Amino acid sequence: MTPEGPTGVVEVVDPGPLSTLQDRGRRGWAHLGVPRAGALDGSAAALARRLVGGRPDDAVVETTVGGVVLRPHRAVTLAVTGATCAVQVGGRAVAHGAPVTVPAGARVTVGAAETGVRSYVAFAGGVDVAPVLGSRSTDTLAWVGPPRLAAGDLLPLGAAGPLPEPPAAIVVRPRDPVLRLRRGPRADWLDRAGWSRLDGTSYVVAADSDRVGLRLDGPRVARRGGELPSEGIVLGAVQVPPSGQPVVFLADHPTTGGYPVVAVVEEDDLDVCAQLRPGDEVVLRVL
Amino acid sequence: MTDVEVVEVGERACLVEVEDAVAAASLATWLRGSGLRAEEVVPAARSVLVDGADPAAVRELLPRWTAHGAPPPGSVVRVEVRYTGPDLARVADHWGCTPEEVVDLHTSLEFTSTFCGFAPGFAYLAGLPADRAVPRLESPRPRVAPGSVGLADTWCGVYPTASPGGWLLIGTTDADLWDVGRAEPALLAPGTRVRFEARR
Repeated sequence: MTPEGPTGVVEVVDPGPLSTLQDRGRRGWAHLGVPRAGALDGSAAALARRLVGGRPDDAVVETTVGGVVLRPHRAVTLAVTGATCAVQVGGRAVAHGAPVTVPAGARVTVGAAETGVRSYVAFAGGVDVAPVLGSRSTDTLAWVGPPRLAAGDLLPLGAAGPLPEPPAAIVVRPRDPVLRLRRGPRADWLDRAGWSRLDGTSYVVAADSDRVGLRLDGPRVARRGGELPSEGIVLGAVQVPPSGQPVVFLADHPTTGGYPVVAVVEEDDLDVCAQLRPGDEVVLRVL
Repeated sequence: MTDVEVVEVGERACLVEVEDAVAAASLATWLRGSGLRAEEVVPAARSVLVDGADPAAVRELLPRWTAHGAPPPGSVVRVEVRYTGPDLARVADHWGCTPEEVVDLHTSLEFTSTFCGFAPGFAYLAGLPADRAVPRLESPRPRVAPGSVGLADTWCGVYPTASPGGWLLIGTTDADLWDVGRAEPALLAPGTRVRFEARR
């Protein structure tokens, strides 16, 4: 056992535009209308946990474009991954993508995203707020789970295990802005022309994209008219509403919906969705 | 074996299409008890989404299910309602009866929670006969109070939390519809049978 207790606290000094706690999300409650939530860029969150010797279900902080300012009240080890940004501890620059030991009382500034949208901050021991329905993730659609971070919050940490061996240099290469699509349950709502319209086409990420969905602006996808009885939706579902502008459903998506899901984004490409900014171009490729 | 269709949704999920919402709720309950390994089993208006499961395993199971077997074993939940909703008279107009007769009919029926959606714990309750279908409001209210009991089409629903809403509101209940601290957070989880009682 480590000498430190389970109740160390990290103060939220400035939560930025939107900072939330996220783990791997809530499973098994979709039939009650509860979105899964969970870190949008799952690989970046997992890397941050791994760098501090965390467990797979530890909760981390997810930022949105503007970063976050934190102040641990005791010495902690943390790591920042995901969207690249300047990280400072007590006013001195430290590495992104590496474990950092922060002395008690030092101010940790996770800067605005330079590329991408969401940075992740993992602490040794994990953020140990009370789980809600088995998860510490905040869902921003129905607000199940811990509330979004606010200035003055004190985040408890779990007991930290031993730090892992320092990993070899980690190089996270930027991913190409390409989303691979598999035909979905309502693929037949697009005709051949609709499919060739989607395949290889570049769309612009719309400003109202969020944790619920990545909204795409571009050539209108013509689809069959009519309505569909409401049906269950999977992560990565590509819905085409009557406007013909596709929406890719992300972690906080509603559990059911009535627009046809014509395609499903490959699971590996969901991390790409998490880091696309409004105005970025993204190419759809039909498998 | 009932007539069902399986539509694949990516590699790890499928939609099982059935006749209606009651069949979907019954199939979902049955699938949960079948030992199938799945992350989510989500009934909806005419289908059940099985997510995080091998579609082939789902196909293999289905011949053992029958839609018209025994009703789901869900218990009956009684919900006390004050029938003072702002749209009670409108529903009465629509049905060509008095507000008292709306209350009589609503309290005489047994409803079945078929699926949840729209908000956590918001259940689509089936049980109104087809000739009692009512329209939604032309423009939804920006805020419907928690506990409001509403009708739309042939559905009945109770708003668990404050939200915008376009259903015709006939009453209010104090029942605790949604509580994440309970083992079963939704009072009206799919498969639950529901009876409304008038509180005067």
